[in-house]
Amino acid sequence: MTAFYAFFLSLPYAAAIEPHLPVLQIVIPLLCAPICVLLRHPRLSWMWATAIIWIAFFIALVLLGKVLASGLIIYEIGNWPAPWGIEYRIDAANAVVLVIVTAIGAITLPYAKTSVEKEIPEPRIYLFYLMYMLCLTGLLGITTTADAFNLFVFLEISSLSSYVLISLGGNRRALTASYRYLIMGTLGATFYIIGVGMMYMMTGSLNMADLQTLLPAVDHTRTVLAAFAFVVVGLGLKLAMFPLHTWLPNAYAFAPSAVSVFIASTATKVAVYALLRVVFTVFGHTGLFETTGIDLILIILGIVGMFAGAFVAIFQTDVKRMLAYSSVSQVGYMVLGMGLATAAGLTGTIVHLFNHAVMKGAAFMAIGAVFYVIGSVKLQDLAGIGKRMPVTTAVFLVAGLSLIGTPLTVGFISKWQLVQAALDHGFWWIAAAILFSSLLAIVYVWRVVEVAYLKAPPEGAVRREAPMFMLVPMVILAGATVWFGIDGDTTLRIAGEAANALIGSVPGGKP
Amino acid sequence: MMHRKVVLRVVSKFLIPPILLFALYVQFHGDFGPGGGFQAGVIFGSGFILYAILFGVDMAKRVLPPWSTRLLLVVGVLTYGLTGVAGLLLGGNYLDYNVLAHDPLHGQHYGILIVELGVGITVAAAMITIFNVFAGQTGGD
Repeated sequence: MTAFYAFFLSLPYAAAIEPHLPVLQIVIPLLCAPICVLLRHPRLSWMWATAIIWIAFFIALVLLGKVLASGLIIYEIGNWPAPWGIEYRIDAANAVVLVIVTAIGAITLPYAKTSVEKEIPEPRIYLFYLMYMLCLTGLLGITTTADAFNLFVFLEISSLSSYVLISLGGNRRALTASYRYLIMGTLGATFYIIGVGMMYMMTGSLNMADLQTLLPAVDHTRTVLAAFAFVVVGLGLKLAMFPLHTWLPNAYAFAPSAVSVFIASTATKVAVYALLRVVFTVFGHTGLFETTGIDLILIILGIVGMFAGAFVAIFQTDVKRMLAYSSVSQVGYMVLGMGLATAAGLTGTIVHLFNHAVMKGAAFMAIGAVFYVIGSVKLQDLAGIGKRMPVTTAVFLVAGLSLIGTPLTVGFISKWQLVQAALDHGFWWIAAAILFSSLLAIVYVWRVVEVAYLKAPPEGAVRREAPMFMLVPMVILAGATVWFGIDGDTTLRIAGEAANALIGSVPGGKP
Repeated sequence: MMHRKVVLRVVSKFLIPPILLFALYVQFHGDFGPGGGFQAGVIFGSGFILYAILFGVDMAKRVLPPWSTRLLLVVGVLTYGLTGVAGLLLGGNYLDYNVLAHDPLHGQHYGILIVELGVGITVAAAMITIFNVFAGQTGGD
């Protein structure tokens, strides 16, 4: 990463551009998205989106390199200093999330090209790329900003564009799924902004760092307590924390394949990051995290979510829905790590943000490719798919093994980290819960593997792989699943720095 | 049907130009008094919507065809965003208006005027587009 930063500095004009990278990360996709409306042509808008999002990925890598080399980056929008103006702050925690979001965004685009041409009517394809770029902008904005209200604005940008993206799905039920997500997402965003309003009422500030220092003086008031509750529940809705997850399965299942890949791998991750930021930075100096018992609530909801999601996933006949419920289960692990509230637990959460993005991206890509070729994702239609589409099924298998948490895959790294974090606490029952929920994952992954490899393909079925544009991205993601599963040191080290950036400033924080 | 309602048509013909003019006043007087881009955009859009209600969406679309509102949506956003980029190119931070003119006071003045103009254009175009989509049920194009 630092080598990457050094490479960037050797480019022409790098010295002039470098201080503005935090804002360019957001502004480039934001301002280039509307250009799609002028282009209108499906192929041209695809090329445009690809160029822009790969640039965004490049910027994210440079930013991560810079943060790891020299620490916190602060950018003042309009040159207004912090409590008055909006400030962007990048530390290890959000630099990691920026890389995850842009990497998935970039790798999904070649995949999207073929998939979208099949699933979305041609006159609407340019809208897909427009919304895709806006969604990416929103997610990057949530991650970068250090202003509580600005976060809400980006939350709305990403949410509104993802409602549109989901509703582009071919199945008419995509509309109801999107509408349901709209209602729940709007509730979540409203709760968040109510909470921010209450904090503003008590402190007169919207800047996160400023709130961090001002809130402890008023943290005994009921207003701040209510603000904390509103913010946690609001973001909990966006990240599909267990009882608030009901919008997720249909939204993922009926969205176009490329959208499922992108949203499943990024949107909930960014919401998890936002909750981490609010709990550990904004409210970090107040004692609310301990006094309200929210840590225990998060641990319990995380564990219940792990089991409930995996259990429901077992009974799904639609593989996309199965993967969606598996996401609910995987979000449970992240929430659990957050509840542990130690550097080790947060490292587990953050490394799982990356690991889950990689493996769920690969799984959704594989199942999207199956849909592209055979036109169905129902379990009974997948008979013998392992012989008809060997590469795609192999990718699904790798992703599935990782969902279970098999050694040599990324899923193992994050679960191992979480088990260790739980044992540090002496919570052996949490460690046991992680192992048992993995057993449930074996069941739902096995159901697909059994049908795919052990059942005979239907009569007359020919061997036909997905097109190259879909195959290469999913093989890359499957490769990453294994690569970072064998070499977990890099990701764990960066996640550890991110966790320290979040928790380091907490006086009562347990290192 | 509508051509019988002479009073409505005549009164609206009297009203629409002042509505549009008032929108421009709210737009460009926004930095001295109440108002600004959003309000101005809504007022401007409502002038067109009033016309469409009384004379039909088809007539309104002859005045402002769908491709033009779509173009205006983009132009408005880009006006806002590129003002920020201009700040970058002139050596300031993003959306730093100080560097837009020879002295900061004028810079701030120009900056906010241009940015609010962008907001106004986008809001007006969005209002008209949303109305057209619902009224025409043709998907806006």
